Amino acid sequence: MADTLVLTPQQIIRKKAAGEPIQPDDSAMTRRHMIVVLVENSIGAFIRVVNMFSARGFNIDSITVGPTEDPNVSRMNIATAGNSRIISQILRQLSRLVDTIEVTDLTTTDFVERELCLLKVCYTKDSRSEILDVSNVFRGKVVDITKKTMTFELRGPSQKIDAFIDMMLSHNVVEVARSGRVVMQRDA
Amino acid sequence: MTYDVHTKVQPVVTGDALPEARPELTTKSQYMSGAEILLRSLEAEGVKVVFGYPGGAVIKVYDEMHRIKPRFEHILVRHEQGGTHAAEGYAKATGKVGTVLVTSGPGATNTVTGIADAYMDSVPIVVFTGQVPTGLIGNDAFQECDAIGVTRSITKHSYLVRDVSDLARTVKEAYHIARTGRPGPVLVDLPKDVLLAEAPFLYPETVNMRGYAVPGEGRPEKLQRAAQMIAESERPLFYVGGGAVNSDSSELLTDIARYTGIPVTTTLHGLGAFPEEDPLALRMLGMHGTWWANQAIQHCDLIIAVGARFDDRVTGKLDSWAPHAKVIHIEIDQSCISKNVFADCAILGDVRSVLEQLQPMVGPKDTTKWLKQIDVWRQECPLQYEQDGKLRAQGVIEQLRDKTGGDAIVITDVGQHQMWTAQYFRFLYARTHITSGGLGTMGFGMPAAMGAALGMREIGSSRPVVCISGDGGFVMNAQEMSVAAAHKLPLKLAVINNRFLGMVRQWQELFHKERYSHTDLSDTNPDFVKLAEAHHCVGLSAKTPEEAQQIIDEAWKVTDRPVLMEFQVAKEEMVFPMVPAGAATGEMITDRITPNSFV
Repeated sequence: MADTLVLTPQQIIRKKAAGEPIQPDDSAMTRRHMIVVLVENSIGAFIRVVNMFSARGFNIDSITVGPTEDPNVSRMNIATAGNSRIISQILRQLSRLVDTIEVTDLTTTDFVERELCLLKVCYTKDSRSEILDVSNVFRGKVVDITKKTMTFELRGPSQKIDAFIDMMLSHNVVEVARSGRVVMQRDA
Repeated sequence: MTYDVHTKVQPVVTGDALPEARPELTTKSQYMSGAEILLRSLEAEGVKVVFGYPGGAVIKVYDEMHRIKPRFEHILVRHEQGGTHAAEGYAKATGKVGTVLVTSGPGATNTVTGIADAYMDSVPIVVFTGQVPTGLIGNDAFQECDAIGVTRSITKHSYLVRDVSDLARTVKEAYHIARTGRPGPVLVDLPKDVLLAEAPFLYPETVNMRGYAVPGEGRPEKLQRAAQMIAESERPLFYVGGGAVNSDSSELLTDIARYTGIPVTTTLHGLGAFPEEDPLALRMLGMHGTWWANQAIQHCDLIIAVGARFDDRVTGKLDSWAPHAKVIHIEIDQSCISKNVFADCAILGDVRSVLEQLQPMVGPKDTTKWLKQIDVWRQECPLQYEQDGKLRAQGVIEQLRDKTGGDAIVITDVGQHQMWTAQYFRFLYARTHITSGGLGTMGFGMPAAMGAALGMREIGSSRPVVCISGDGGFVMNAQEMSVAAAHKLPLKLAVINNRFLGMVRQWQELFHKERYSHTDLSDTNPDFVKLAEAHHCVGLSAKTPEEAQQIIDEAWKVTDRPVLMEFQVAKEEMVFPMVPAGAATGEMITDRITPNSFV
């Protein structure tokens, strides 16, 4: 994460004029943000949201979409990164789309995060028990097994999944599938 | 027969809901084709003019149009791009929504430039495109094009109508979205089978879109803060954009500026929002703005931005723009706030409502010293051009200004003539200056003028419609002249002919060591007089200021068709002053002699 200086040019000039030192402040850092967008349940609404990111040059780290308790509403969980100016532009650009009903940035709140991962790994007689040990540490579950491969299911925060995959990579991993992050705000 | 509506809109609709409803429309049970529903919806929406071009996918609509003779005028344009620009001109001149109807595939793609133009300049238009039958979508069928996909990033919103029973509601929503908030283009894609299918027609009275909120009044605490900032400022400045025109705030703004004594500078689209002959008017700012407006920006301590978006042609190099100014930003589009320039006080809301709120909160200010300083800058570098008896574009524009007294709708194309018009016409009224600013679309002027003239005819206005174009841009949509002639529109079409792509030539001279790569049009330009005559218009040409005056006088006598006035001017003329792209606003080139150091 680059701690680039992202004061507006105007702010910089003003700071210079006032003789204040110009240093990257906390809000200027690039941070990861989790944004939840409720949209009309249509493919067009989904594409418009994604298109906004690409047309305006914002990045998406992860995106998931699915229906909600209201069949007419879809919920998108978007993980993105940027400094505070970029994030506020993203939030405003999302809000102005006709099909978006609600836009929330969960980053500053306390929220639950889960991701699902399926991982298929080749095993040998020698590696089998070690693979299972690692899986146990992460509370993974074997969901399929053949004479050559095992498939694990793992749930949890993305970081946990990152760590699990990292550990497994010392073995012969043949396939990884991740769902992307799903989040929900905790109630106080 | 009960009418099965979608879940969003409550169809509390009776015959009374339709303005001047026809008796046959009041029967709830009446089935009609999708094509007729479309036409009836347009009638109910109060549409008076549709710019269109038929084709296979929309043939049913044209068939129904022939049969039922709807209460709007259909203008058969000669190219869909022309139709879209005409709709823009109509919308900008009248403040109503422009309507375009085209067929699928090439019909749809030909509208793309106009849609992008409307998106950049916040022009309310609705574009109906035909589409292949739903069963064939995605099949690479004849004249198929994913119009929604192609236009997604240049429309405010778009619809693909899959069920005929959604059609009337979709039309209602499309016009609502185009018109309200920050206006913009909406595209409605109509598969052929939907136009052929039948359903009962009921036009919904209200729209219900939970994701679409239109900002209204500003938050009181923000207004309080703004009023305080205005009261505390010593060198305040109004920076007024197209939002002031779109929200019809011109008079209100003028009142506030005069009452408080705060000077006003306008963007290209803000021209006319404040009378340019007022002593408080600093005219246009930015790349080709006046020296004094740009100096005022660089030295003011408060910018009150009204419906403007701090475009790069206005600000130039951002980190040296308005170094001493705090910013109040009155804006309807939240995404424009603090996008380019940080707003110390951002007031999200409808510009007119916010100004109405602000009016009683501000009082007269003593700005004498500030205005005196601005006058010094005004004397330092006035707008001027060489007066050597030769015909010059600036002179032609002043002659046109004198002929109309400023009471005309002036449409321009894109290029040098556009900037000279902005500099020399001295606009007095809102909605009298129409141009392609954001996208900078050459070929915009002529068809937009046609649309504006139809709008004027509709509201019974006698304001003349004058189109000022260059020789390059005029040719790009010259085919629409015959349409204007067919409808007997008394357009005054001024073509400033320097036989060059003048603005590109200017950049080549200033920044590319006079390498005039492919900007000389002298071999490929048509004979403009003959071009006009071939399109059933009057064609006139002038080489001297005296001849120019003669043909202008002559042109104003023609009332039953367009007149093309060709003004043959020198190619070397340049637009000054100028802030080179990416340079600081303070560093203006004021004439040719300024060292050429901006390459």
